[in-house]
Amino acid sequence: MNAERTAITHADPASTPKVSPRVVGPFKAEVRDVNFYYGQFHALKNVSMPFVDKRVTALIGPSGCGKTTLLRCFNRMHDLYPGNRYEGEIILHPDQINIISPKVEPLEMRMRIGMVFQKPNPFSKSIFENVAFGLRLQGETNRRVLADKVEAALKSAAIWDETKDRLQKGARDLSGGQQQRLCIARAIATEPEILLFDEPTSALDPIATSRIEDLIDSLRGRFTILIVTHNLQQAGRIADYTALMYKGELVEMDKTVAMFEKPSFKLTEDYLTGRFG
Amino acid sequence: MDLRKLVERRKLTDRLFAALGICCVLIALLTLVVLMGDLARQGLSRIDWQFMTSFPSRAAARAGILSAWVGSLMIMLVTVITAVPLGVAAGVYLEEYAPKNRLTTFIEINISNLAGVPSIVYGLMALGLFIYQLGMNRSTLAGGLTLACLILPIVIVATRESLRTIPSNIREAAFAIGASKWQVVSHHLLPYSAGGIATGVIIATSRALGETAPLITIGALTFIAFLPPPPVMSEPPFVSFQWLHDEFTVLPIQMFNWVSRPQPEFQVNAAAAGLVLVAMTLSLNGAAIWLRYRMRKRIKW
Repeated sequence: MNAERTAITHADPASTPKVSPRVVGPFKAEVRDVNFYYGQFHALKNVSMPFVDKRVTALIGPSGCGKTTLLRCFNRMHDLYPGNRYEGEIILHPDQINIISPKVEPLEMRMRIGMVFQKPNPFSKSIFENVAFGLRLQGETNRRVLADKVEAALKSAAIWDETKDRLQKGARDLSGGQQQRLCIARAIATEPEILLFDEPTSALDPIATSRIEDLIDSLRGRFTILIVTHNLQQAGRIADYTALMYKGELVEMDKTVAMFEKPSFKLTEDYLTGRFG
Repeated sequence: MDLRKLVERRKLTDRLFAALGICCVLIALLTLVVLMGDLARQGLSRIDWQFMTSFPSRAAARAGILSAWVGSLMIMLVTVITAVPLGVAAGVYLEEYAPKNRLTTFIEINISNLAGVPSIVYGLMALGLFIYQLGMNRSTLAGGLTLACLILPIVIVATRESLRTIPSNIREAAFAIGASKWQVVSHHLLPYSAGGIATGVIIATSRALGETAPLITIGALTFIAFLPPPPVMSEPPFVSFQWLHDEFTVLPIQMFNWVSRPQPEFQVNAAAAGLVLVAMTLSLNGAAIWLRYRMRKRIKW
């Protein structure tokens, strides 16, 4: 690609906002000037972006760009390991709480913001107990209510038909794809405000992947969803909004269709066309 | 041609090593078989109801191991009840709670080293601490606590090893739902590691069962011709902890006592007591193997 065309097609990074004006509220969460450090390593650099309420936002970018780091800020997973440091604000609407403030209790955030991991990680307990764990943590002891909510979560996660006859059987005997849907049921059982997905299909085969994608699509409108993915087609298929990160910075955030059709910056176009990453 | 020769040579090496390995296994097995066979030949005919239910006596034919095996059981009870909660709690703390710094590393290295300290050194420590400093008499309690110190490092190490086999993404899963550290430990980590911990405890117990030196050091008697009052009674005060404060003997000490007598009849008694001891140890180890097998089937990552 020659320099002249670049100049015509792409905006000037210095004067154009990274977050496109097409990304409009209501917002569920707003990241404001977040910096994150693993010890000395500066992993997130002045990241600012909003997340639209009850919509799916994909975080994409090459390995090590900070997308998973940003995701794990939302439920304060970094607090589990020593030497990590947050700066800035992640404002959770409508309460206006700064999620990463030291004054905010990580346990509370983790009960309000659910997460699904890269590798399916159900507990070595029964299917029922896997889903009920979050409800029990939130003080639910009524057996009827527990049973109803577990059933509802399993139905929402499109795994009820496969598990209804074996709720007391071990969750680890399920297939990988089923385990991942069980983990989604576990995360949504407590009706969290935000759902975080950290590359939820990278350990699964294509058929299981497509079932998870259908499932995420069906959760749109109920939850605000953030999904980290390495798979650009996946972002294109399921995300309403997409944010590209590179070397700890936000490159560009826009409506997915707009970004994939006409990226504002050359860096975005290079990434989307597979020129790096 | 050359290639074929090379393959032949390698196959020969394979066969040689297999033969060597079989020899080594046989040596170990045969030693055990000869030992057990010798004990059984000498002692098996001596084991009967009278032998199990009689106190030691100056007459070899009337002597038995009642006070010895009861003593062994009581000691083990005290040992397990004290060492398991302490050891598991210490292991959980070191593995899950303690910050990873130099002090923790120092403590960890020392605990591993403690597992290798000769048992008689524990006896000396116990003599100084429990008997002289804390003023206990040479009782079941003191003996049990001594062996508890001896197996404590083994329990700690077993707990930590067992916790380490749990993948970290399981911890993250529990934390991500909003569990506190204690909830992660009590709802997940301890249930998942229980099999490994129990295996470690049983193996440690079977080692403690055979210990003689530290108990002799704190002054266990070799001749006990009475049993403590039973712990549960039909009349008030219904429970008695007198057994904790009474003097005691254990199977290996009884055996040692008989071995050191000149009369051949007592050698037979010693062999019979040895057989009982080996049977107890083997059944403990068998239980450990069974438990590990069960847990491996139930918990899978």
